[in-house]
Amino acid sequence: MTIREKYDVIVVGSGPGGLAAAISAKKNGAQDVLIIERDVEPGGILLQCIHNGFGVEIFKQDLPGPSYAQRFINEAFEVGVDFLLDSMVLEITRHHRVTVTSIRHGILTLQAKAVVLAMGCRERTRAQIRLPGTRPAGVFTAGTAQRWVNVEGYMPGKNFVILGSGDIGMIMARRLTFEGAKVARVLEVMPYLSGLTRNYVQCLLDYDIELQLMHTVKNIIGKKRVEAIESVAVDEKWNPIPGTEEIIPCDTLLLSVGLIPENELSRQAGVLIDPVTAGPFVDDTFQTNIPGIYSTGNVVHVYDLVDWVTEAGLTAGKAAAKSLSTPSNVQTRILPVKAGENVRYVVPHTLNPDHLAEGEIRVQMRVKQPIETPVWIEARVGDRMITRKGEPYARPGEMVTLTLKPALLDELKAAEELTIAIVRR
Amino acid sequence: MATIEEKLICVTCPKGCTLMVTRDGKTVLNVENGCKRGHEYARQELTDPRRMVASSVMIKGGIHPLMPVYTSAPFPKPRISELLVELRKVELQAPIGLDQVVLTDVLGTGIDVKASREMK
Repeated sequence: MTIREKYDVIVVGSGPGGLAAAISAKKNGAQDVLIIERDVEPGGILLQCIHNGFGVEIFKQDLPGPSYAQRFINEAFEVGVDFLLDSMVLEITRHHRVTVTSIRHGILTLQAKAVVLAMGCRERTRAQIRLPGTRPAGVFTAGTAQRWVNVEGYMPGKNFVILGSGDIGMIMARRLTFEGAKVARVLEVMPYLSGLTRNYVQCLLDYDIELQLMHTVKNIIGKKRVEAIESVAVDEKWNPIPGTEEIIPCDTLLLSVGLIPENELSRQAGVLIDPVTAGPFVDDTFQTNIPGIYSTGNVVHVYDLVDWVTEAGLTAGKAAAKSLSTPSNVQTRILPVKAGENVRYVVPHTLNPDHLAEGEIRVQMRVKQPIETPVWIEARVGDRMITRKGEPYARPGEMVTLTLKPALLDELKAAEELTIAIVRR
Repeated sequence: MATIEEKLICVTCPKGCTLMVTRDGKTVLNVENGCKRGHEYARQELTDPRRMVASSVMIKGGIHPLMPVYTSAPFPKPRISELLVELRKVELQAPIGLDQVVLTDVLGTGIDVKASREMK
């Protein structure tokens, strides 16, 4: 395949968000669509997520990660998306010039009419959570261990402690057990699970792996290799409670303590980042503040279901393709969407009410404090509730979706601001 | 036998509903909360618990040394460790296609083990 100098749409990243965006751009009229991927094959992190649980929403099937990815990789090839693999994007400008480096092509500068950012996340590391103690070998992020165990065929240790009850951490606890390791403990600093409840059941409970909430690592012990960790109970403000320390022997500590959207390229391009989500401010088509630069998937905010990432990618790719034929100076009505009572953040940050004439708009959010009794997810204009949806509970680990129906078009056209709140029923 | 009322977390889909199960021994009398599939899960879980199992097997000639695999249907939970022993004996030769069967009717359960991706 020859690489052109100009593309209609360039997508950075070939995970589920990037694949969906490229496919959707192509299907909605973009001629030349290129995905740039730093790995040697397309698919992104799904390739190392070999567990089941993907595709329940979109395919109504319970698929392993690589299997879910394969469907979209095949479709991307079928519709004629171009791939530049084993290549790293160095810079994107606000005028859509993309500089990329690879062994095969050297340094290239490509011009796109529209760009979709789909770089995903990086894991939070030991340094970012300031874990005290010595610095021996044997402290890894859960995703790194996942790549080794599932793709490359290395076991990072024999006796594990996992810090953080994120999904990857719990899934790795089961996976390591399958491969003959012992997982002594999973520690979580929060008073609640940070991953999905079903992963607690099928990854920890099923294999008698102990979870301790409101506990963290106080000290890492060992010179060349981890020999033990010292755990400690914490209060609501994460202060260690003296006298609750426990030495847990282990040779490996895995960290599953959160994901951070990878937005260095976005910032360089002048894209504004929301400090709460750590991803770009986006409108309902996932366009950033820079015209023609869209972003999608975990680079916008951390999703818990890949199906939603695919949905977001389809929306962004379609909008990127449509922008090719729409003059950029068209004035659009922008309605701010604000996080109200007990909502940590809402995506999108703004929406164009006129888009309701073409179909529903999905608003996704995370709750601040868990509510284990039935709740209303309410959309309000001023003090007036305009639509709401009931849920049996709201948990910070599980994203909440509210769908705005086309019937709200007139109401939202007249509104100054839309606020989303989560309240007890 | 006295009836027992207990909580059961459904693992059928990512929602993770808390089911309230009323049972007499292993006979489920009533399930509150959750959907139709959840109620089916509760009955299954109390009589014959099963899980989807995903793991990896060795492969030669592929771009990676491991091929991810998964069970074609939920697998009897008490026999998962036996299944893992069987998987360790497998060594594939690339190329392998998506959903190609790598073990047929494993341990006489009627369940196959399939490739989770293609590998060339």
